[in-house]
Amino acid sequence: MKELLVIAISSMLVSNVVLSQFLGICSFVGVSRKVETAAGMGGAVIFVIFIASVVANLFYQFILSPLGLDYLKTIVFILVIAALVQIVEMFLHKCMESLYNALGVFLPLITTNCAVLGVALNNVSYGYNFIESVTNGVATAFGYTIAIVLLASIRERLEGNDIPQSFQGSAIVLVTSGLMAIAFFGFSGLL
Amino acid sequence: MNKYSERIYNGLWKENPIFVQMIGLCPTLAVTTSAINGIGMGLSSTVVLVAANIIIAALRHIIPDRVRLPAEIVVVASMVTIVDMLMEGFLPSLYDALGVYVPLIVVNCIILGRAEAFAMKNGVVESACDGIGMGLGFTFALFLLGGFRELLGAGSIFGITLSEAYTPATIFILAPGAFFVLAMLTALQNYLKAPKVKKTVEAAEPAAAVEAEGEGK
Repeated sequence: MKELLVIAISSMLVSNVVLSQFLGICSFVGVSRKVETAAGMGGAVIFVIFIASVVANLFYQFILSPLGLDYLKTIVFILVIAALVQIVEMFLHKCMESLYNALGVFLPLITTNCAVLGVALNNVSYGYNFIESVTNGVATAFGYTIAIVLLASIRERLEGNDIPQSFQGSAIVLVTSGLMAIAFFGFSGLL
Repeated sequence: MNKYSERIYNGLWKENPIFVQMIGLCPTLAVTTSAINGIGMGLSSTVVLVAANIIIAALRHIIPDRVRLPAEIVVVASMVTIVDMLMEGFLPSLYDALGVYVPLIVVNCIILGRAEAFAMKNGVVESACDGIGMGLGFTFALFLLGGFRELLGAGSIFGITLSEAYTPATIFILAPGAFFVLAMLTALQNYLKAPKVKKTVEAAEPAAAVEAEGEGK
């Protein structure tokens, strides 16, 4: 239990997926204009990473590893994730219309979110078992959500400010992210 | 300028993937702790990009339109696996430094983007040149970023210490430094672009354009 908590805290806060591992930067900068859309993206990522880390772990444990096909993991994982996103999308469309509409365009975008593949690959390289993998996946996704919602709230406040012309647009977002990354260093004392 | 060198110029400068299109940021920020890591990452992505572009351009009439995305992903992922294994065998120290970001070249938006936007529609040689151009543009951007970060954060370039008198600001080789340096380079680029537009009315236009492109990813 203690190990799981350590994994959860370290991947949620200490080595935050966006701010210290730089995974999922594209969507972090891209869809953080409004808190609502940011939270929607966060929700979708939590959902997909959870399922992806379950399925990727099962694939690795029962197919790739016994057959000695370790080197195929990159190809297999990316295909699994792409297929998974597709299935999740169809399932939500049929069964949970409201959630499907809320997530909208973010669902297909998640295939190219490197956080998902990154978590699957990290789980293998750290040698996590099934429960540890899932914990790590969910915690990472929550870390992503925390970071993107925080950034979106800051960006909403920035709207009314007088930003130097050259820094308008993505430059100021990057500066903000840098300051957030410094703040997240504070969590390293937790472990 | 013929069409082949034009493709290379296009990728290297006019449509530079990092500074102009703002795509493929994940590896850009993560591995540029030193100039040499930046170049290593850039060149391995270039190899994948050129190989994937050539294969996809050669197969473009065979791949059915409906399954083109999965087919492209499989080609890219195979190339990445090859590069990954070659690197592990021949450049173990660089492989360790780049870590998980080598297999993550698969989800680099630049590679899939070029496959989809260029290689599916153009011939093999042109696609190869496009790959070389985009890849070198990416490498150039990573080198610039890595160079600045190494210079400011460790006081050295390519591992050679320049001056003992300078106290390095370690923050630049840590995570926040990546954001700051890229922010500065983006702002600089916005600044350099601004005078080309008529200064009075559309002053905010270039920044808005960059923003819109960032939004796409």
